[in-house]
Amino acid sequence: MDYIEMHAHMVSRTTDDYTQMALMGCAAITEPAFWAGWDRSTADGFDDYFRQLTEFEPKRAARFGIKHYTWLCLNPKEGEERDLARAVVRRIPKYLDHANVLGIGEIGLNRVTRNEIETFKDHVALALEHNQMILIHTPHLEDKHKGTRAIIQALQSFPNMDPARVSIDHAEEHTIEMILDNGFWTGLTLYPQTKVSVARAVDIIEMHGADRVYVDSACDWGHSVPAAVPRFVMEMRRRGHADSLARQIVWDNPIAFLGQCPKFEPPVSAHAV
Amino acid sequence: MSETSRPKPLPAREAVDEYFIENRHRVLDVAAFLDRLDRSGGDWRSDYRMAALVRAIGVLAEPGAGRAQRIQMIFSDPTVEPKPKLDQKAARGAWDPASEKGA
Repeated sequence: MDYIEMHAHMVSRTTDDYTQMALMGCAAITEPAFWAGWDRSTADGFDDYFRQLTEFEPKRAARFGIKHYTWLCLNPKEGEERDLARAVVRRIPKYLDHANVLGIGEIGLNRVTRNEIETFKDHVALALEHNQMILIHTPHLEDKHKGTRAIIQALQSFPNMDPARVSIDHAEEHTIEMILDNGFWTGLTLYPQTKVSVARAVDIIEMHGADRVYVDSACDWGHSVPAAVPRFVMEMRRRGHADSLARQIVWDNPIAFLGQCPKFEPPVSAHAV
Repeated sequence: MSETSRPKPLPAREAVDEYFIENRHRVLDVAAFLDRLDRSGGDWRSDYRMAALVRAIGVLAEPGAGRAQRIQMIFSDPTVEPKPKLDQKAARGAWDPASEKGA
């Protein structure tokens, strides 16, 4: 089944991964800016990274017939350093006109500190000032519930924030309700250990429905699986769910959300259900 | 989404037939992990992560749905106020009550 990978950090994946994803039906990827596993020391380092995301990576993906989009920000893992965050936020606008930039992301919180919240709000203000869509990272593990609640509160402090143009990613059993009830889109991230399994993702779909929900692999340099979305489709079939429902989650919903950005061009599916 | 438009789970008997073996495997893996800790001779029960895990295991035998959500909340930080500053870069999987006492 063709699919759109809503969250993949391809700068840390191999060419073989691109090949496999293309073979499995991946038609488009959206790649949020993220933490490299170590802290960048200067805003210049982010400039290089943003050039990689807007100039180099789209060409690399195109070799496999995959359309590449990106989201720009300073990642929550680096949000504690306020001076660096302010400097990076000032540099982001010059990249927003690039053809593959969908908006600001993945912003959010890591350990839910005061500084992280201020850096998050700086990014939200930037997005709203430039009429950009927003992709949000929710914290890991024990910090997820508290952080998701804090993120929603911070977003709602902006009167002109439209939740329909915001996706709060990495939802799990204990956070999806507050995300959907407040009108946001959400992603279920399919990880081997630290987020949801494909089985739990299907459980969550069975309990909460498929409206404003998609799945993603968030594959990066850590434990993650570029084939996670096709494995989710397999799990849907194992449960006896119609391919039309799986397709809604891996294809139609991503297009509905991303299509709110005029730069997003819906890919053509070779395997329409 | 209305109740009627939610996709239905497999009937219980079919779900047991399809998923029993892999979940049997998972339970044995957890049991073997606890045995391994006992064989180590150390005091693993006082570790806040293991205390949370033992509480979570107790939820497995409780009646009624919502076990996954209840276990998620056992591992979660229940506080509301933001941390005054970054304490560590990475989450550890369970909230440490002692971290608040020292904050």
